[in-house]
This record gives sequence, structure tokens and C-alpha cells, in this order.
Amino acid sequence: MSSARIFQKEPGRAAVDGMRTCTVRRLGAVEFREGCRLQLESAAAVKRGDTGDQLLFTEHPATITLGRNADGSNILAPRERLERRGIAVEESNRGGDVTFHGPGQIVGYPILDLKFWRRDVGGYLRNLESVMIGALGEFGIATGRLDGCTGVWVDGAKIAAIGVHLSHWVTTHGFALNVSTKLDDFELIVPCGIPKPVTSMQRVLGSAPPQERVVDALVRHFCLAFERIPVEEKAACATAE
Amino acid sequence: MGEVLMPQMGESIVEGTITKWLKELGDKVERDEALFEISTDKVDSEVPAPESGVLEAVFFPEGDTVAINMIVAFIGDGSRVGEHQSPAGGAQASAETDPRSAPPASAVVAPSKEKAPSNEKGRIRSSPLVRRIAKEHEIDLAHLGSGSGKNGRITKQDILAYIERRKHAPEVPAAAAAVFHPTPEARFGKYAVEPLSAMRRSIAEHMVRSMRVSPHVSTVHQVDCTAVAKQREAVKDKFLAQNGTKLTFLPFFLRAAASALKAYPTVNASLDGEDLILHREINIGIAVALDWGLIVPVIRNVDEKSLLGLQRAVNDLAERSRKKQLKPDETAQGTFSISNYGSYNSLLATPAINQPQAAILGLGAVTKMPIVIDDAIAIRSIAYLTLTFDHRVIDGATADLFLEHARGAIEGWNESIL
Repeated sequence: MSSARIFQKEPGRAAVDGMRTCTVRRLGAVEFREGCRLQLESAAAVKRGDTGDQLLFTEHPATITLGRNADGSNILAPRERLERRGIAVEESNRGGDVTFHGPGQIVGYPILDLKFWRRDVGGYLRNLESVMIGALGEFGIATGRLDGCTGVWVDGAKIAAIGVHLSHWVTTHGFALNVSTKLDDFELIVPCGIPKPVTSMQRVLGSAPPQERVVDALVRHFCLAFERIPVEEKAACATAE
Repeated sequence: MGEVLMPQMGESIVEGTITKWLKELGDKVERDEALFEISTDKVDSEVPAPESGVLEAVFFPEGDTVAINMIVAFIGDGSRVGEHQSPAGGAQASAETDPRSAPPASAVVAPSKEKAPSNEKGRIRSSPLVRRIAKEHEIDLAHLGSGSGKNGRITKQDILAYIERRKHAPEVPAAAAAVFHPTPEARFGKYAVEPLSAMRRSIAEHMVRSMRVSPHVSTVHQVDCTAVAKQREAVKDKFLAQNGTKLTFLPFFLRAAASALKAYPTVNASLDGEDLILHREINIGIAVALDWGLIVPVIRNVDEKSLLGLQRAVNDLAERSRKKQLKPDETAQGTFSISNYGSYNSLLATPAINQPQAAILGLGAVTKMPIVIDDAIAIRSIAYLTLTFDHRVIDGATADLFLEHARGAIEGWNESIL
């Protein structure tokens, strides 16, 4: 017995009652480069200690991105064909090989200071996987890990990809979860250089749940897994729904 | 001035691949400025310079995979650029082996990007013995970086040390226990998934946080409510006729709590870091059960209100909570809370503290019970009152004195009700 009083919504406060906050920013659809710029802005604020951690959610227009370990040969289609289909190709300073972003995919960028979380990048990757495994479980999708292949997998098909950049222990980039992504576009590449199929929540469930609900689940599992207090960027009304 | 080591990026990470040198030999570097980039599995990371100075040596070129704690570069005052010897083919810097005092590698390789101390064009130097050990242990020799032998040759010692290190690199810790790993039908049989409502989520977050933040301790006192019950019984009908509302026990307990809070101000408090905030107002939150959750609207300045005023406030807040008509500030600024689980016939419970308050009073049902008074058994109206308190702020003695004060206020009730 006790309260439903919602804790104070104070974006910017780094900690509440000794627990680090995580400001959730729902950016809507933005271009990949703009997403990178917003991440750098957030990362600078986190490094300065102006805020607790941040969790950015967005969706990118069709873009193929190359990670630091990317091998150009994993883009299968010639560039002209990509251009004709309106697909941009961008380089990125995240880890990992090549991946595809597009409408219907939730892209999550945790800007997390790992100095306040174990200083362990391997643990960080595994925890990101847990977040998505937990969130997808809420939608009745049983997912798991594939040894040696970072990401989240359903019956041998990849449903979510992970690629991270670290600077002074502050993370940028993050994960991409296919909700209703057009899966043919993945045929243009060898995702992460691993020739295994990709899938989406829509393909597994037959229909896609609303993205907001998936984001809500991700926020919940993220904050449980990383022990952060979620703070929505826009203050919500603190009463009965 | 000194060595730059391959950083330890986490318990499970034993090596990293140098993807890019951001500085060249002879460049000035500032402490904390990004010096090189490494890649480990799916993570790409900048490594800052450990100190300011001049980059005098680079021992591994881009593309080399290097075990953690190996010396990868040297930052000096600029007087010895390019003059450093490769630290014995990349021995690990550790307390036991100072690489500079290790026997020098017979072939001293000038540090340069073109020529690594080992591993020329992907060729790994090792002996058949080493390769056999590697095969037995399913080790890719490329993961060892360069060895400590001649020309970076991987020695038996190197590979045994690697196996030892790998053993000590613990399994990746399982994710926080709170995350639910579904193995659907196998574990639960048939099931339905219901996403939590925003309110349920905030209750969940608040409860977890409250239990985590405050060491909860509860104490229970038995309170004889017979006097109050009798007076209430006597004026019940008149009160209803006059005021259009029933008189419940709750206003009496609110009054008793306010009086006790005045007497023990640390119970009407909040801990804020190293400061104790002593509240000047007595604003008591009342937990209201809803069909879809729980909410705690606040009655302001309880000590200034009459019994009738308190009863009206309780009725009004409960009704508007259920109609979703509360205003945001009506759940704010509470300094203490009451959970009236007695209205659901619970005799005794230990409520959770409504953060950031220091305590919560739980009211059990008022029930007629046989009790012993002056060695005689009497039938009295009894309630169990629980004070659950944050032991960081309040000690057991204060909590008991608080409840004794409240008990006194109820048992010695002498205020006229009407």
C-alpha cells in the first residue's frame, strides 16, 4: 500500500534519491546525420555532467550505414541502384559492420556514461540485448542471443542490431529494432557482415504493434536493466491517467 | 611521461583492435585528448591520452589486435621521438614484469606504421607446439597480438598466459535480474500479455525506488478506539443529518496523526542527500484505491481543520480520484501519508513509504476484541496502527513515541464532535 505519486519530472537532474536519471527523448523521424548531431549534443551534456544519462529514440529514412569495421563488399547493390531507390549511404563511427535503417525501425541511442555503470563494454552489449529480449517478450516474441553474433535473434533471424561508439566511457549509437521495416531493403547488404536472415516484429506477429508501445516497453526494460530513473523529456501530468 | 596501455574495456574483454591512430609520431598530445581508436566486437571506442606530451613511439599499427594492458605507445617530452625500443615484442606491463627491464628483443624494430613488431601481413610467428596448444584450446593465434619471442614470435609462455587470462575473464554477467526472459508456453502455460498502464508503471517505479532508497522498518501499536467509537455512535445520525455525509474513523486518525507529527517533527520530514528537510506544514496524503491503480491525494494543513473539514476533504478527494478529476497539485507537497487498509478489513499491514517522505501510518480495521484491562476481560473497539518509517531518518524509539502519542490522542479523545 502506498503511493502512485509520480516522482518529480525534472529533466536535467542527474540523480533522484541516489539513482541516476535517464532522460527519454523521443525525436520522431530524423535524418541519420541529424541523429548523429543530436547524439553528439547529448553526449557532450552527459560528459559535462549537466544531465544524467539520456535515451534517444528516432526513426531514419532509408539509409545504409557503415560501421568502423565495415567491409564495403558487404553492400551488395551498386551505389547507383541505391541512389535510384533513394537510399543514402553514410559512414559512422560506431562499431560493427554495415547495417540498414529505414521507416518502421525503432532506432535507440543510449547516451550512457559507463563510468556510472560497471565500466564494461561487453556487459553493456549483453545488457542492451537483455533490454530488447525483455521488451519483445512483452509482445509475445521469444528472442535470444546467438553466440558470437551481437544482436537479438528469433529462430536464427536477426530482429535487432547493435553498434556502439564510446568516448570517455560515454556511449553513442546503440540499437535498431525492426518493427515493420521493409525487409527487402536488407537484401541490398550483408547485415553486420553475417549472412543470416533478418526479421521484424511484423513478420513474426503478422501485424506490427504501435511503435510508441514498443518504445514504452524498451524504456521500461532499459531503465530496469541499467537501474536508471526514467524522465520523459516533456513533463507529463502527474495524476490519474 | 610514459607508456600508453591498451585499456581494459570491461571484464569480458581481453583484447582490442587498433582501428585508427589519431596522432602521428612527434605530434603533441593533451591529456584526455583522443589518441587512438579501438574496436572490440560491436563497440568502437576512443582512447584518450593518459597524459600530455609528445607521441614518441607507436608500437602497433592500425589493424593490429592487442591484448589489454599491453604497451601500445609512448608519450614523452619529445626528445626521443622514434627512438624507443619495442617493449620486448609487446610484453604486458604488470607489476611482475617491467617491460623496459625485460631482455631486449634481439631484433629491435623501429616503431612505424609500416612495420609492426609482429604479424607482418597477417602472418603469425609461432612454433608447432604453440599451434597445437592453440588448436586444443580453440584459440585463434591472431587474438594474441604479437608474442614476446624473437620478431614477435608467440611463445609457449605467451599462449599459456593467454589461456590463463581467458580463464580469469569471467562470463559476461547476466543482465539485471529484473529483466524478464520469456520462454513462453514452456514456463507459463497459456498466457495473455497486458502492457502496463502509465499509472501501473509509475506505481511500479515508485515502489521499487522506495524500497531501494529507504530502509523500511515497521512498528505496530494497539489502540483502544472505544471512546471514539462511542462518541461517533452517539452523534452518527445527527452528523449525517447536519452535514450530508457519514462520519468515519479516518478524520479522528488524521487528527491524532497531525498532533503526533507536531510533537515529533522528524517524522514529518524528508531526507535530501545529507540534509534533513523538516516540513513546516502538515500535509497528509491519503492512499486511495482505484479500480485501475492507486493514488495519494493530499489534505493540506491537517492540523488546522475540524473533524467535519477533514471528513469533507477525505470524501471529496476520494471521489474526485475515482472520477479522474484530481488536479496535479493535489497529489503534491505531501509531508506524510496514511494508508487506511482497515477499510478493506485488513487488521495489520506494513505499507511502503511514499517517497520522499520519512514515514507512513497504516490503519487497521477497528474491531471489537476481548482485551485485558485491570485483570478483567473487556470487549473493546481495537485497531492496530502501524508506523513504517525510513530508518535512515527515524529511530525505533521515536517511531514508538510517535505512535504512543497518536494512541493517547485517540484513547483520550475529549473534543466534541459536533
